[in-house]
Amino acid sequence: MKALRHRAAAFAVAALAGGLAGPAFGQAPVLRVPHPWQMGMQLPGSPVADKLQTLNYWVSILIVVITAFVGVLLVWVLYRYSAKNNPTPSTVSHNSTLEAAWTAIPVLILVAMFVPSLRLVYYEDRTHDADMTLKVTGHQWYWEYTYPDSGGVHFDSYMVADEDLKPGQLRKLAVDNQVVLPVGKNIRILTTSADVIHSFFVPSLGVQRYAIPGRTIETWVRVNAPGDYYGECNQICGMNHSSMPISVHAVSPGDFKAWLDALKAKNSSASLGGASKMMPTWAVASEH
Amino acid sequence: MSVTTHDDVHGHGHDHKMSFADRWLFSTNHKDIGTLYLIFAVVAGIVGGILSLIMRAQLMYPGSHLVENGQAWNTIITAHGLIMIFFTVMPALIGGFGNWFIPLMIGAPDMAFPRLNNISFWLLVPAFALIMTGLFMNESGSGWTLYPPLSNATYESGPGMDFTLFALHLAGVSSLLGSMNFITTIFNMRAPGMTLHKMPLFIWAMLVTAFLLVLSLPVLAGAITMLIFDRNFGTAFFDPAAGGDPVLWQHLFWFFGHPEVYIMILPGFGIISHVISTFSKKPVFGYLGMAYAMVAIGVVGFVVWAHHMYVSGISVDTRAYFMTATMVIAVPTGIKIFSWIATMWGGSIELKTPMLWAVGFIFLFTVGGVTGVVLANASIDQVLHNTYYVVAHFHYVLSLGAVFSIFAGWYYWIGKMSGHQYPEFWGKLHFWTTFIGVNLTFFPMHFLGAAGMPRRYPDYPAAFAGWNYVSSIGAFVGGASVIIFLIGAYKTFTSKAPALADNYWGEGATTLEWSVSSPPPFHTFEELPVIR
Repeated sequence: MKALRHRAAAFAVAALAGGLAGPAFGQAPVLRVPHPWQMGMQLPGSPVADKLQTLNYWVSILIVVITAFVGVLLVWVLYRYSAKNNPTPSTVSHNSTLEAAWTAIPVLILVAMFVPSLRLVYYEDRTHDADMTLKVTGHQWYWEYTYPDSGGVHFDSYMVADEDLKPGQLRKLAVDNQVVLPVGKNIRILTTSADVIHSFFVPSLGVQRYAIPGRTIETWVRVNAPGDYYGECNQICGMNHSSMPISVHAVSPGDFKAWLDALKAKNSSASLGGASKMMPTWAVASEH
Repeated sequence: MSVTTHDDVHGHGHDHKMSFADRWLFSTNHKDIGTLYLIFAVVAGIVGGILSLIMRAQLMYPGSHLVENGQAWNTIITAHGLIMIFFTVMPALIGGFGNWFIPLMIGAPDMAFPRLNNISFWLLVPAFALIMTGLFMNESGSGWTLYPPLSNATYESGPGMDFTLFALHLAGVSSLLGSMNFITTIFNMRAPGMTLHKMPLFIWAMLVTAFLLVLSLPVLAGAITMLIFDRNFGTAFFDPAAGGDPVLWQHLFWFFGHPEVYIMILPGFGIISHVISTFSKKPVFGYLGMAYAMVAIGVVGFVVWAHHMYVSGISVDTRAYFMTATMVIAVPTGIKIFSWIATMWGGSIELKTPMLWAVGFIFLFTVGGVTGVVLANASIDQVLHNTYYVVAHFHYVLSLGAVFSIFAGWYYWIGKMSGHQYPEFWGKLHFWTTFIGVNLTFFPMHFLGAAGMPRRYPDYPAAFAGWNYVSSIGAFVGGASVIIFLIGAYKTFTSKAPALADNYWGEGATTLEWSVSSPPPFHTFEELPVIR
């Protein structure tokens, strides 16, 4: 319930600010992970996730009301028309008005839900003026992140095995190399796969697309605030399907540029030296 | 020959002379074949249920190693899905109740093609053996959706996967033959005077179901054949490296797969209508609306398949179309829910065991239905696709919808089929333990899915531990309820109570099966009843 109220409040704030929550610089970094006994969605970290969760909030209220209505009707009918309370059954089996009503009213409810949902589908589709592109390639069983705008610099991201977990790292979510993204930028995400189908899924950012071999699928994200956002592979991809989580580290555009430059430098010197060891992203990012 | 009872007229000279093999292996009698289907469904249901208990035991705590690795886990989830769909729900509702009650309800002596009926059943048995082989060989870890490339020869190289695919071929042929039989029987063998608009709703449901099967199964058969060719003969229908496309499989599979979910629930709709009407002692409210709602669900069900593929890279306009079409299905479904309640309204309701299951069905199917509307929104589905929210949704409509309708039918008709009435106490105990067990199992999955837990995971982050634990406890309660069901069934069949009346439910039960004895004679309606 707390999460739901928070979401409604976030919606109100966003609406007041003209529907666009700007990048929140200077805040403490956020951490978007699932919590024990959580009942709703993770707090939103992007405009898409904001809108999506607001819609889900209203739709969820609607379906709870409808289900409660059916439940109450059933209990009432079972009580009122039990053989004890109503020994003689009626023989009514038609009522055109009633039948028209329970056809028309659901149609109206569906249309009310459909209109905002359809607008959101188009909003979620892609960004038309991308500031940068991130290419995501699924592998059995790790993610490869490429920055095509920056000379195609790329690195692999593996889950941290149980025995290598450092204090503070979350089991089954922590990765060795986080994918780093700048906050407040419209980022085009392209997904593909090198082997079987995977799904690139970061719930708190409202992002999900399959990674399919032979295809490149486009979606987009704009991260609201610096911090860490977690997701997991969401399409069955073999025996280690549950061992290829996604961890997004969002930083300010300045920090992002510095990180990218360091990565490029590291990458070229590494390739000169013939080594393939990549600098851990958290180490680069923390230099600032 | 003296004429004293139905049994004397119809029974002697038929079943008493038959050997066991003649009667049960070479059977051409719709009632015996229906019985075989029901026994098969119970056995397969127990196997599939044991697999779910293994899964819930594994998921009870994070980091558990009950299932040795991810591959073993994946074959278990594959087998669980396929067994529950093709070998439990479909044989029970279509093969079991369909065979038993289509001829009885339309006043026909038997099915149109009795030998076809026999082979329909016997194809299922080797199909089940092949599925189990794939499971035990640990080589069918693709999920029941069988998406290539994971199911192709590169990533699942062993013959276990081929066995699984051939199992679906056999089960598919079995269902195809069965549905042709049903359609022919329903169109040609109705008793004089029974026009289509006087047909019982269960017959309407089976007719629509049979059409869905005839139209959708060939598409699955084609897709499976293409996959078998890709795996064994070097074709590349689904291999992008040679110009194929993995998404083609998804389209073909879901063109079958979506009608399939209605195939599993429509017969249940039919059963529930009869149970509600019988125990409310009222005719079904809005009969024509109920019948055509099922037709509408069947028709629209064919044009919504890509709502399973919102994140597969289909274009945004395509997503918009499939979202629109999918939402339309909520309307006829709503008509059915409200018509059932209106049937009860003004009735004189006796809450016997079958009615308890039927009312439970209406409520839980509503829960599963409304989450289906949420998932229909391509916008929201972007973060719910493939999560436990989806698992919760489809178990609410199947494990709590279709299965509740199977049990409603079981308790409604078991006296008719066996001649022995079930014990009311055990029936009600079975209902309540199942009700508590399945809700405890599946409701927390909505929370897990909303928080982002993906499906088909043998292990998960610590944050998901709480609700997974609750869900596992629920599964064990559900497992216990199966034992209660079996005790109730044993007590039914060994009951020494005096013979049941023809129409033991009284005035509310008006369809033709209540005009024959309980159990019915081996051959019924040798003289056709006339419907006025």
